[in-house]
Amino acid sequence: MTSVLFDVPGPKARRRHRVIGGLTVVALVVLFGLAIWKLYTEDLFTAQNWEPFVTPVYINVLLEGLMWTVISAALAIAGAVVLGVILGVAKLSDHRIVRWPAWLFVEFFRAVPLLLLIIFIWALAGYPLYTIWPLVAGLVLYNGSVLAEIFRAGINAVPSGQVEAGYALGLRKTAVTRIIQLPQAIRIMIPSLISQCIVALKDTSLGYVITASGLTVAGREIWRTFGNYLATALVLAVIYIILNLLLSWFGNWVEGRINRSPKVAGNDAGRTAMDLENRRLDSGTAL
Amino acid sequence: MDVLVDNASLILDGFWKTLQLTVVSGAYALVIGVLVAIARVSPVGILRGFGTVYVTLFRNTPLLILIIIAYYGMPDIGINPGFFPLITIAMGIYTSTFIAEALRSGINGVPVGQAEAARAIGMPFGMTMTQVVLPQAGRLIVPPVASVLIALVKNTSLAGAFGIAEATFRMRGLLNDHATDRWWIFFGIGLGYVVIVEVISLVAYLIERRWKVVSR
Repeated sequence: MTSVLFDVPGPKARRRHRVIGGLTVVALVVLFGLAIWKLYTEDLFTAQNWEPFVTPVYINVLLEGLMWTVISAALAIAGAVVLGVILGVAKLSDHRIVRWPAWLFVEFFRAVPLLLLIIFIWALAGYPLYTIWPLVAGLVLYNGSVLAEIFRAGINAVPSGQVEAGYALGLRKTAVTRIIQLPQAIRIMIPSLISQCIVALKDTSLGYVITASGLTVAGREIWRTFGNYLATALVLAVIYIILNLLLSWFGNWVEGRINRSPKVAGNDAGRTAMDLENRRLDSGTAL
Repeated sequence: MDVLVDNASLILDGFWKTLQLTVVSGAYALVIGVLVAIARVSPVGILRGFGTVYVTLFRNTPLLILIIIAYYGMPDIGINPGFFPLITIAMGIYTSTFIAEALRSGINGVPVGQAEAARAIGMPFGMTMTQVVLPQAGRLIVPPVASVLIALVKNTSLAGAFGIAEATFRMRGLLNDHATDRWWIFFGIGLGYVVIVEVISLVAYLIERRWKVVSR
């Protein structure tokens, strides 16, 4: 393989790479062994630590938490898409009186930490326990603002010839946005949309701070009973990793299908423009 | 409004702590991120695999869970350098995966032909890197790294849930004590974050403009 950093390796380089690879494996095995040994001497591998995860009652607690996490994430994304479309379209409006408030709204809620938002809404609601609404509301406001930017970028990525053709046919701006820009923009945006779903799913973990039902609060119930903080947190991490990997595989599958679909085959220009936008937006929103 | 003025020193203390958290965990993230990025673009397959596994694991775990592992789990097994180091290391590890990805995509964004041309005219590896590849990658890296740092500033709010008195922690306290002025408190402290975020994007914009090259 060749890349911008190195050429196809020759025999000497290949030997060197094998040596480095071997040393890496040895180092990793030693590190892993040390970690396991440390955990063993600190009594992590006792039945008391792991028992809850094979006890039906506590498996149910986790499953119920998982259910609430998925529900929160789904509600949050559904709300965020609606809010995102509204704000994204508003930001592209011809009227200053619509454009500016939308811009202000998006800039503020994108820059404010999600946790700050969630705690504030929770306080406004009077600190209720075990309800997901403050969490969902915070997620909708934050993700909606992020999606508004993605929508705007997606709409701008639709080739201008399409829009001009629409106007040439005598369509009004509303019709051009609704019939020509939005349907194409949404296809272009689906990859970013799915990575935003992953972000929202990860962010549901913040429900922990306001005791909103979900995986992290379920985990807290377990470690308060058994005192097995590390074991529970590791189990939660594994559950989240599996959920996120499933979502990203689904995203790749959808993306593959869209790329093969004849409807977007001719739309490479829009896709490239969107890729450029994404490179700017992606990492910031994906946290 | 008065509540913000009366508690100005408290709030500024909070933002000072927020900045400390950002700088310390940002430093961890940059160091680890650069190492992981090097592993991910290296010609050694095993290193690349290790980098991929590292990024996949830590990127897909919510930051809150990483902090719980650090804050509750590590002292439990006898590793306890204090809560500030534990939390910043957790945030550093989480952020390092995003730094690594930003660096990797920047390097991969340089057209292969550039490096091939450099090698074809006989430049050695070091020169190819310093004269051709890295200057171009650097420009591509600025915007995504700035986004990662902005996200890090916002993520430091999680430390407030673990007893570190940063800005969000302060807001929580003030919301409790001054129930009638909630909106002022929220917008005031929110605005503080907006300022930090805008400063970072302004710096990134200036760097980007300075390094900009008119492409031919």
